[in-house]
Amino acid sequence: MDADITLTVDGAQQRLTVDTRTTLLDALRERIGNTSPKKGCDHGQCGACTVLLDGDRALSCLALAVAHDGAEITTADGLAADGELHPVQQAFLERDAFQCGYCTPGQVCSAVGVLDEVRRGWPSHASQDLTADPELSHDEVAERMSGNLCRCGAYANIVPAVRQAGGVQA
Amino acid sequence: MTELLEPRAIGRDTVRRDGEAKVRGTATYAIETPVQHPAYVHPVQATVPLGRITGIDTSAAEAIEGVVAVLTHENAERLASTDDREFAVLQSDEVAFRGQVVAVVVAETSELARQGADAVEVTYAEQPHDSALRVDHPDLYKPEKINPSFETDTAEGDVAAAMATAHVTVEETYSTAMYHNNPLEMHATTALWDPSAEVPLTLWDSTQGVHPDRAAVCEVFGLEQEQVRVICPFVGGGFGSKGTPHAHVFLATMAARAVPGRPVKLGLTRQQMFSLVGYRTPTIQRMQLAADRTGRLQAIAIDVVEQTSRIKEFAEQTGVPTRMMYASPNRRTTHRLAALDVPVPSWMRAPGECPGMFGPEVAMDELAERLGIDPVELRIRNEPERDPETGKPWSSRNLVQCLREGAERFGWADRPPAGHREGAWLVGTGVASSVYPTMRQATSTARIRYEDGRYVAEIGAADLGTGAWTVLPQIAADALDVDEGDVEVRIGDTRYPIASVAGGSSGTNTWGSALTVAAREFRTKFGRSPADGDEVSGDVDQASKDDAHAAYAFGAQFVEVRVNVDTGELRVPRLYGVFGAGRIINPRTARSQLLGGMTMGLSMALHENSVWDTRLGQVANHDLAEYHVTVNADVGDMQAHWLDEHDPYVNVMGSKGIGEIGITGTAAAVVNAVHRATGIRIRDLPVTLDKVLTALP
Amino acid sequence: MKPFAFARPADAAEAVATVATEPRAVFLAGGTNLVDHLKLGVARPDLVVDVRRLTSREITDTADGGLRIGAAVTNSELAADRRVRERYPVLAQALLAGATGQLRNLATTGGNPLQRTRCVYFQDVSTPCNKREPGSGCSAVGGYTRYHAILGTSAALPDPTAPETCIATHPSDMAVALAVLDAQVQVLGPAGARTIPFAELHRLPGDDPSRDTVLEHGELITAIDLPPLPAGARSAYRKVRDRASYAFALVSVAAVVADGEVRLALGGVAHKPWRASRAEEALRGGPVADDAVRHAMDVELTTAQPQPGVDGGNGFKIPLVTRTVVATVRDLTQETQA
Repeated sequence: MDADITLTVDGAQQRLTVDTRTTLLDALRERIGNTSPKKGCDHGQCGACTVLLDGDRALSCLALAVAHDGAEITTADGLAADGELHPVQQAFLERDAFQCGYCTPGQVCSAVGVLDEVRRGWPSHASQDLTADPELSHDEVAERMSGNLCRCGAYANIVPAVRQAGGVQA
Repeated sequence: MTELLEPRAIGRDTVRRDGEAKVRGTATYAIETPVQHPAYVHPVQATVPLGRITGIDTSAAEAIEGVVAVLTHENAERLASTDDREFAVLQSDEVAFRGQVVAVVVAETSELARQGADAVEVTYAEQPHDSALRVDHPDLYKPEKINPSFETDTAEGDVAAAMATAHVTVEETYSTAMYHNNPLEMHATTALWDPSAEVPLTLWDSTQGVHPDRAAVCEVFGLEQEQVRVICPFVGGGFGSKGTPHAHVFLATMAARAVPGRPVKLGLTRQQMFSLVGYRTPTIQRMQLAADRTGRLQAIAIDVVEQTSRIKEFAEQTGVPTRMMYASPNRRTTHRLAALDVPVPSWMRAPGECPGMFGPEVAMDELAERLGIDPVELRIRNEPERDPETGKPWSSRNLVQCLREGAERFGWADRPPAGHREGAWLVGTGVASSVYPTMRQATSTARIRYEDGRYVAEIGAADLGTGAWTVLPQIAADALDVDEGDVEVRIGDTRYPIASVAGGSSGTNTWGSALTVAAREFRTKFGRSPADGDEVSGDVDQASKDDAHAAYAFGAQFVEVRVNVDTGELRVPRLYGVFGAGRIINPRTARSQLLGGMTMGLSMALHENSVWDTRLGQVANHDLAEYHVTVNADVGDMQAHWLDEHDPYVNVMGSKGIGEIGITGTAAAVVNAVHRATGIRIRDLPVTLDKVLTALP
Repeated sequence: MKPFAFARPADAAEAVATVATEPRAVFLAGGTNLVDHLKLGVARPDLVVDVRRLTSREITDTADGGLRIGAAVTNSELAADRRVRERYPVLAQALLAGATGQLRNLATTGGNPLQRTRCVYFQDVSTPCNKREPGSGCSAVGGYTRYHAILGTSAALPDPTAPETCIATHPSDMAVALAVLDAQVQVLGPAGARTIPFAELHRLPGDDPSRDTVLEHGELITAIDLPPLPAGARSAYRKVRDRASYAFALVSVAAVVADGEVRLALGGVAHKPWRASRAEEALRGGPVADDAVRHAMDVELTTAQPQPGVDGGNGFKIPLVTRTVVATVRDLTQETQA
């Protein structure tokens, strides 16, 4: 069964017809042709499909497109829409925080979300004091980035990259 | 002996050339290839582990609007070659393992293809199956060779006699689990069959080697090489599983040929990958070590039992590192296989060395403990002057230096005593050696052309995250004696000259050698002022070759483990590796590769385990929620270092290969550290909290 | 993945009426569990009714000093709420121990407690499962049981072919905290609104493992109420898992320690969040030293039934859950004394 929806993807409005079964991820990749978000498991178990959905990091593989009619989506490609890499992307590049690159757009979107969540004072499982404002320590970043699997094993570079993008001198 | 290239670009830590595309997500992987009006393919898998298909009803699937075709063994084209039974898809009613593909549905959208696959009704005559690997399996056999062409068994001297008379012995059995490569990019193929085109078949496949991929497809479909083009600029990880094609590549091709002129896309699901794209066999390793009171080995032996599939043999060379690692007058290695009703095992990062450096390196730790000798010192005392197996001198062997530098960096001398406790955590430290052979493949050709004031080098190589896009221009620049910026290297397409598979840590060694031959030939022919369009090719077999030396990379890994006294939860706050891997072409990408191997080794130590359900004949935990790989929070202070090693025998770059050595020995080092923390010796991977619980206060 | 119709009613009452009249209709909120199950074929609805924007996304103070959490509040928002962090750390910790940031941003207060088991056989439609397909049998018994139940299973030694057999566990961390907090669930159904004590929301498999909760078809969670904790109460959630993050619990413990009272709920051990009332009773008014807690857990676990399995079974959960409870209560007690 089909439905007509509108999405704003990386700043551009897109009208499209989707199957009610179509996920946001498949709408982006197979309908709109934006393959920046990746499919690594299709079941919310790897984080490769992470995008910013109405400003928050979210898994696009577990969101039905039809349920997000009108949503604003930013992919990793959209973070560099004006041609300049986002500071997170620049830090990933400098720190070689990836190898095969397949999990990378999801890692980048997730990291942008992490920095925002830390700015808002959101705690994490790694926060020793739940009521204090969190800092961008190694453990905080590693925990918050744990929803993004990297099979190439770039974690030891991802954490410094995210901290660097967050303004931590390391 | 080779005169090494004068390193100018080599050794520079340049940023990845494909980096910007990857951080933006614009690097295009196989299934993402933009093609006109693609159809989508979804496989149907067998739900019995052994038997025959007695009926296959596709009518409900075909009745779905938008389903284009349903292929089964009843209507699929007959293949030109069915010799390789993994590749011989939809050719008969036989089911050889649960999860084997019994049909594919081609449809207008991915949702419809999946719906169609669900609607295919298959009935089976199930037969009793045998999928349980046991050390005493009655049908164990001795394979003719082990991967890729090693002797199955070796023996020298009398191990039994040495075991009977030695001062100290270790005789224990170790096991590694079944592992799945699980690259983040799921295996996928986009295929187009256009009979009217000059090259009728185009495959955009996620592969570690476009040329080997093409060769297999040509063989199976009876096509000429000129009729097939395989393209793969980017690979989302492979770790061996994309080193050889698997069933889906042939299914995608078959589906494309069923809808001529229309491109098709076949992406396996993560769940399907647990039965269709290979895995590392579980291994059972019976180890014997005998030593005199000073710790010198008198005997070393490993007897390996592992599995293969009934339809295709893959014999992991687990005992091979034991043949060369340490000096000992008496030695034995054997391999026995059980051929089971299971999916086909295959390559996974460091086949042989990865599992094969587990049992021996834990056994060495047990020996050190029994002798009261420091485990670093024990390894140093057993350093062989020459390769114990061949008697050849080493091209370079710096294991001792790796151990010493690692110990220094780690603070090994000041490590806490066994059973040390800090708060709620027991702290232990462990060490193990790493090794990986230095290889170069026999076939690879590079073509260099002068074009618009730049040098363009073409070779059908692959970059699966290894950095080939970045390091090959560095090598070519030095070989041509020009700036790195003046070189462009193109890879990942069968339109470029043939290249070997990206495997065995041999890619850079092989392709770099071919590039260097081509560069020298280019200068010889055209001098330093070439004309636009000047072009030559160079083959790796023209590069100087050394057979007189045994060539390996070595390393040492040091681990700090913490075990929670209440729950047994395991953490690894520190993991340091020091490697002697020849000359490092690009420190930035090399460090990533070594850390990546160590991370996967950590994952093997603590997490990975494809739990085989012997009743059903399948992996029970067949997704990424239940098949755990290491996550970011599992990794603490992880460091990779290397020696400044100059090896004039391996190749003109002086490089040994770094893709695999990082995963070897890691799991043993973790087990050894857990033992020091808790007193428990875990001989079966992975090390999970339930296994240490009984040792806790 | 079968086709389905999609509806977004104007309000919660219309959503309830819509689902109530269509036997094969389901509610969709965050989607993190339902969409997964649509793809696997575990959920096969004819109609999906989107309620994501139809319930409150507010957390409000209640007259008794507690909190009312709207069903649409995301797990991220709830864990970040100052009042929750200060007054109900057990809940904030449970939420933060569950899933990942990008999942918690989607998952909702109403949806999280209704997530279904992670039993690998439940999720694999090629294998028998009484929960997914009533009467087909239980593949988990004798299979991969590492994440399966030790308490409240349908029989001491389950028969895999019996229609009532199920050894699945409930996977939610949040639900374990809500169980220990004596939360109340506000429900809107075709027959009107009702309140269900959280401890009574989930059920044991009994003779019908296909039903996870007591909710009737068409009933929608609209809010969850947290009563205030006693003055001076301390609470904590401890989750033990196979990797440091992004994994379901092997066992987990939600604990509240107040004057003369210890409340305990256990995760990863049963078909529902397991309120350890026998242990609580054993500890009431007495000392909470390690030995006493250990003894209380022995009492709680007298009916525990470890499951054998292809990977060594789950007998380790019995000592593990006891050790985890002892450590959690010890930490809370020492915190109180400090």
